Amino acid sequence: MMTKCADPVILNLWHPVGAIAEAAPGAVQETVLLEERLSFAVDADGEPVVWRSRPDVQRADHIPPADRLPAISAYGYVWTSLGSPPAELFPIPEYQEPDRRKLNAATFGVNVSAPRAIENFLDMGHFPYVHTDILGVEPHTEVKEYDVEISVDRDEILATRCRFFQPMASTASDGGADVDYVYRVPHPYCSVLYKSSPVDETRRDVIAVFLQPVDQEHVRAHMLLCVLDEDNEDKVIKRFQQTIFGQDKPILENQVPKRLPLDPRAETPIRADKSAIAYRRWLSQKGVTYGVIPAAA
Amino acid sequence: MLEEARSRWHPIAAAHDLPFRHVFHGQLLGREFAVWRADDGYVNIWENRCLHRGVRLSIGINDGRELKCQYHGWRYSNRTAGCTYIPAHPADAPARTITNRTFPAVERYGLVWSSEEPRGEVPEIAGLAEGKLLALRGIAVNAPADKVVERLRAYRFQPNGAIDGEGADILVEAAQDFAVALRSRASSAETQGVFFVQPVDSNRSVIRGVLDQEAEGAARIAILRHHNERLSKLRDEVERDVANAPAPAPLEPVYERVSAELAEMPEVTTHGRKAALRVSVARKWQAADGIAGFELRPIKGILPTFQPGAHIDVHMPNGEIRQYSITNGPGETDSFTIGVKLERDSKGGSKCMHETVREGDVLAISEPRNNFPLRRDAIKTLFVAGGIGITPLLAMAQALKNQELAHELHYFAQGEEHLAFADRLKHLGDALKPHLGLSPDATGAELRQLLAGYRNGMHLYICGPGPMLEAARKIAAEQGWPDSAVHFEYFKNTNKIDDSSSFEVALARSCVTLQVPAGKTIMQVMRESGIDVPSSCEQGACGTCVATLIEGEPDHQDVYLNDAERKAGTKIMTCVSRAKSARLVLDI
Repeated sequence: MMTKCADPVILNLWHPVGAIAEAAPGAVQETVLLEERLSFAVDADGEPVVWRSRPDVQRADHIPPADRLPAISAYGYVWTSLGSPPAELFPIPEYQEPDRRKLNAATFGVNVSAPRAIENFLDMGHFPYVHTDILGVEPHTEVKEYDVEISVDRDEILATRCRFFQPMASTASDGGADVDYVYRVPHPYCSVLYKSSPVDETRRDVIAVFLQPVDQEHVRAHMLLCVLDEDNEDKVIKRFQQTIFGQDKPILENQVPKRLPLDPRAETPIRADKSAIAYRRWLSQKGVTYGVIPAAA
Repeated sequence: MLEEARSRWHPIAAAHDLPFRHVFHGQLLGREFAVWRADDGYVNIWENRCLHRGVRLSIGINDGRELKCQYHGWRYSNRTAGCTYIPAHPADAPARTITNRTFPAVERYGLVWSSEEPRGEVPEIAGLAEGKLLALRGIAVNAPADKVVERLRAYRFQPNGAIDGEGADILVEAAQDFAVALRSRASSAETQGVFFVQPVDSNRSVIRGVLDQEAEGAARIAILRHHNERLSKLRDEVERDVANAPAPAPLEPVYERVSAELAEMPEVTTHGRKAALRVSVARKWQAADGIAGFELRPIKGILPTFQPGAHIDVHMPNGEIRQYSITNGPGETDSFTIGVKLERDSKGGSKCMHETVREGDVLAISEPRNNFPLRRDAIKTLFVAGGIGITPLLAMAQALKNQELAHELHYFAQGEEHLAFADRLKHLGDALKPHLGLSPDATGAELRQLLAGYRNGMHLYICGPGPMLEAARKIAAEQGWPDSAVHFEYFKNTNKIDDSSSFEVALARSCVTLQVPAGKTIMQVMRESGIDVPSSCEQGACGTCVATLIEGEPDHQDVYLNDAERKAGTKIMTCVSRAKSARLVLDI
């Protein structure tokens, strides 16, 4: 079958299409992935079915098995692929820990390419300017040295020893302090961050962003929270993350061009952008062309 | 036609679209602009994307002197569009020339004009007298410019003096590719209207009308409404005309690539002791007792971007070269202002500046260099200036004042008449703390008092005569200030240089080994081998010639490095410092 997306790397990946917690059993939902209209439903057992939308099929059990797309349920979302996806999705071991709260914080439509959104997720330098008084505050603007590696065996980017000054480091303290972060990019359109937990200093909260590429310049951003918090209501935890994302959205939508330029001379990197530089190189090495402006050969 | 349009001037905004500290989003031939007026009146037209991550600068903040990007707070200077500060790396001067693309700006007929590749001048329109015009509201039309011009030839309007009437006679006086000049007559009233069509994109235009008579109050409102209504109707007609034709593809602007040097993030930039710029002395005045102020303007073009703390080399008519700090505040980019103190034992530098150089003279200067960068992430910044040491600190204090960051400028001088640049000092308000006529002992006591109460996150900047600077550094150390929070700049290196050693220098990246004999500096030997070494003062005070030391024990003879940096042994000033070991390995 012909696909609109001609990038085999992206075609053969798993992509998220919706949160399972927000799918009523049996109800068919419509969405768009890589410029193609898809339908999906989750049955009472939580098993997802995904197919290319067609007017004659209004129920999941009416679609012949041969016409179904690959589908899995992982981290609270339905994932599918328009190509031949790998056997397994990237691991997030913390998701299995029983004492964690797991929520879809929100699904936001954003008028930007998936790689631009990933770079924003990896970026600490914007905290004092975009998330003022929450994740950062002037004059504490320094991005201290951190480490980045492209792990060959796991095929992912890992940024460690990241620290940034946060004005309200936790509800327990009334002052600011450096907060530790670890970032992973295990999938061209997905990233996972680990952040010091305010309630248990030996563990970390996990926040992930899974981007559903609607087309090259539009995404639906699914945000997974996997946190240690026994006190707050779901809506309080979600609202915090929605506030953060709501502040990023207008910045992302004002990036020109919308697709991420992979030519090293298209934009001006600084040391603080080490992880973004590694990400752009990694995309180039993989030969990704969808959602990016490839460097001239 | 659109290809040719690139070389023409077009209106991109009305002057009234640029109110106080606003950033206007303009567009011409598919290319977006961030358009902003600085407090000094200069109109900046820039490519509408931050060079860092492509965020539109039209959503940035105009603080009157600089434009700040919303995403990471990068600051770009009025006029030059050069980046002056990168908050993610507060200790580093943006050493590389990060400069946004600028486009020419001319204000005429109540409109702001620009062009991608201008040939010639903004069109002269007979009958439009500057200053007595009425610029109409811009009317956006979803149609190509030529279709709009076609309809405008048949535009009908009433003259200003008979705005409520009907049926005025219309004469087409001129019609060109992007403009139509019409004259409306009704009995004794007569108005000329020139309607420029701005080609926003292949299928989008803005009609910018200008009338040859101004009007006030209710009459003005009535005239604007009259044209608004009629031009809106015209817009509907044009859009109907083109509704059935396929829309032309939008124009794709080409973004210039950043230089290879910027993309690769080099450790240091190399610039020799060159004087690439020619400036004229626009003004010379007595800035204080014994201190001459000089305002240096470019002979042509604009000056390069400077950062607070930066200095320039001034090449004097008598062949001497001296370093002077730029005292300007942020965004003051039309000239550089320096202060020169007449030294009693002048070897020809300050004497020449005071006695020989006059207004109108041309001087050669270097590009500004910043080896005394200002952090802007301090919870509070203290500046301690002694005498002419005020100059770099004055630039820094003005920058912090502009960003409303906490700071105090302690200015030690012999008396009121010795306080230089009174006009600039006045603007600092309460942050300025003069300390006048103190003896060395009294100065020490005063410093002890004001350097008490160090807290983590505070920073101290000192510039002044050697003995005072030594005293201030010592007192700061005693009061618990760590080396990393104390920044200083000496005027000159008064250490007696011992150049009697001889040793070997290996340049790791250049794959060369050189012998440095007694009587020659590392820098001289490198230059003799054809290696370009940046330098400025060449006496171990300014920091320009710093090199990274990979191996060997340095014999530091400079006054630029602080004690912690000396102990670390990873940097060396190649103009005066030498080796204690037989061999040094430098990362050059």
